[in-house]
Amino acid sequence: MRGIQNSLSELEREGVRPVAISVDTPDESAALCRKAGYTYTFLSDPNADAIRRYDLLHQRGGPDEKDIARPAEFLVDASGVVRWRNLTEDLRKRATPEDILQGAQLLQ
Amino acid sequence: MNRQEKAPAPVKRGWNWRIWTGFLLAVAAVPAYFLFFTRFPLTRDVPWVTWLMFAVAGWLLWVGVGRAFANSGVYRGKIAGPILAVLSLGAAVFFGYATLYASRQLPEAVSAPRVGEKAPDFTLADTRGSVVAMSTLLSEPMPGMEGQKPRGLLLVFYRGYW
Repeated sequence: MRGIQNSLSELEREGVRPVAISVDTPDESAALCRKAGYTYTFLSDPNADAIRRYDLLHQRGGPDEKDIARPAEFLVDASGVVRWRNLTEDLRKRATPEDILQGAQLLQ
Repeated sequence: MNRQEKAPAPVKRGWNWRIWTGFLLAVAAVPAYFLFFTRFPLTRDVPWVTWLMFAVAGWLLWVGVGRAFANSGVYRGKIAGPILAVLSLGAAVFFGYATLYASRQLPEAVSAPRVGEKAPDFTLADTRGSVVAMSTLLSEPMPGMEGQKPRGLLLVFYRGYW
């Protein structure tokens, strides 16, 4: 997520709007954005409704056995179709800004 | 006649620095990875710097403990050496478990939307509590794009708890 903030201008040039989604409440996300200096959109899915719809639920994956999202990235085009995705098998390894900008070439 | 054995002169045995340096290196390797080396894909994805730190620590401990036993009149560390070596090994085992096993226990997401499929719509609250739909994010002009609509969205799902 730090990488996305650092490449925000490149992403905007490609017409890509980053949107981060987690089970954190709006206040928790706001605190994270303030602390880390993130300026893109952060959405809150406390009941994991959208996370379930994307089949990304990691049951009891969080502290206190809470259901959370597994890490994943998608590029969705203007008509709402997935053009690129990255489902990591290791939560230490996330898509790099270079991977994402390369994926953005697949957007119409 | 009694042969009198001369008591060995009490020599001050040297500090076995290898044992302590190896131990500190092994213990520092774990936080160094999670707090620093995870910031760079080059040292994060394959934690070679961290394993190198463990290798150097292991070598220092091996040499240090070897000296403590083979040359205990000169080097200290017959008691501390094995204890610190076991603790260092514990740090390496913990690191291996965390990065080779624990971080890979992710659900498979077999039904996650594939390339070419429609991304499921969602309506969620942003950091100010205002409700935003995916369609709105796709149709609203982007900052820094001179009123143009985005060509696409980058959805980043993350674990949260920061």
